[in-house]
Amino acid sequence: MTTSPLSIYHGHLARGELAYQVDEGRPVFFPRVVAPETGNTSLQWRVSKGQGTVYATTVVYRKGEPPLNVALVDLDEGFRMMSRVESLPAEAVKIGMRVRLRMIPGDAQAPALPVFDPFEP
Amino acid sequence: MTQRKTPSVAVVGVAESDLGEVAAGLSPVDLMAQATARALDDCGLRLRDVDGLFCASAQVRFGPMVLAEYLGLRPRYFDGTQVGGASFMTHLAHAQLAIEQGWCEVALIAYGSTQRSVSRAAASPPDPNPYELPFRPLLPASAYALAASRHMHAFGTTREQLAEVAVAARQWALRNPAAWEKEPLGIRQVLDSRMVSWPLTVRDCCLVVDGGGAMILTSAARARSLRKPPVQVLGVGEAIGHSSISNMPDLTVTPARESGALAFRRAGLAPADVRMLSLYDAFTITPILFLEDLGFCPKGEGGRFVQDGAIAPGGRLAVNTNGGGLSYCHPGMYGLLAMVEAVRQVRGECGARQVPDCDVALAHGNGAVLSSQCTVLFGSAAVR
Repeated sequence: MTTSPLSIYHGHLARGELAYQVDEGRPVFFPRVVAPETGNTSLQWRVSKGQGTVYATTVVYRKGEPPLNVALVDLDEGFRMMSRVESLPAEAVKIGMRVRLRMIPGDAQAPALPVFDPFEP
Repeated sequence: MTQRKTPSVAVVGVAESDLGEVAAGLSPVDLMAQATARALDDCGLRLRDVDGLFCASAQVRFGPMVLAEYLGLRPRYFDGTQVGGASFMTHLAHAQLAIEQGWCEVALIAYGSTQRSVSRAAASPPDPNPYELPFRPLLPASAYALAASRHMHAFGTTREQLAEVAVAARQWALRNPAAWEKEPLGIRQVLDSRMVSWPLTVRDCCLVVDGGGAMILTSAARARSLRKPPVQVLGVGEAIGHSSISNMPDLTVTPARESGALAFRRAGLAPADVRMLSLYDAFTITPILFLEDLGFCPKGEGGRFVQDGAIAPGGRLAVNTNGGGLSYCHPGMYGLLAMVEAVRQVRGECGARQVPDCDVALAHGNGAVLSSQCTVLFGSAAVR
């Protein structure tokens, strides 16, 4: 039986880890049972160091809610993911900003959420 | 050298269904059928002539079956390709192949949506995506906003330049009696409108209205005997890339680069030959990206290209003369209506918004989040 990549990913999140996969030396994200392009089924899991750079950013405005940042972050290991950059006003998030992972713990309703904060290396 | 062949198929009938806010209780399939009757009337063919059926709607999972049942058709060929707003350009491409192969002779492409009446959330709920939805993007707007942010960062594109696209669309819409929007719009108004997903305000976003359309295609030979001058299908190109915005390799380059190159090569034409463009304007960033990717300006220059009313009436290039998804009609998957306008421009039927000598028009469809791209070149009988 194949364990679902999503459940493995969520398991890592629950331990405070951001996991991704590697295939023939190339990072793969989102996690899959078959590697893109090569078709390999031998994907290896890795844990990211959690440091990256903002690739693109937007601020979502919903009625009755504070502005919410949504960003695409390029992790240093070479994969990209959607996330949020927090700890500063949503409008102040800039492309090129260096960011570091912070895990928001999960609960019965939702898995842990990997978000990012700016940091100076 | 070009490898153009004699166009094998032509568009002979086009129509819109009721648009905007349709009568209570009308279904998406009612609108498909209504537009079909009007498109058949446009060309003088009868329902029983239709032997190829193509349709898609976010609200109808099994389009060809549902529409065949409704219309009492037993099509020899059918296709329900669903790649979002570009679906209908792909239908046209597949209809061309089917007609060339003799698998059908008269193809109907149809679309209907009641997303204003039933709410957009009900009409097209997002696919589950555990790697994006937990961060609460406002999809699809946030995906296009992310692309716009990247374009602004890489090329210095400004919010004012984005707003130019909305203002041009509005100016065209004021010349189109069928357009939803009836009031003038200025750049300042676009910038000061309610922010949806920075840098896009509500005026940078397409309308959320009801609507539908239909198109009839047949062989070039049969097209000559019908009611109106045939509009030739000169070339088509299809491309798909990513599905979710997180997986788009470069947010400033869309698969329109491939679809456009294919369409131009198959037509034996170049951008300079095109008199009018229907570019899927789901958000103001999209025509900017497509002008670049289809070869009308260099990559990164799209924002500067649209400045100073360049794509508005009287500008250097006629884009979205019906008012587009921004100001005319956007029922969720606008591609078919984009083609209807291009066909009418080639026919010379567009009245106050008619582009002079419009012998070649381009219609470009976009689906999901810059994911599917399909380009069609239409031409009058004068184009050989």
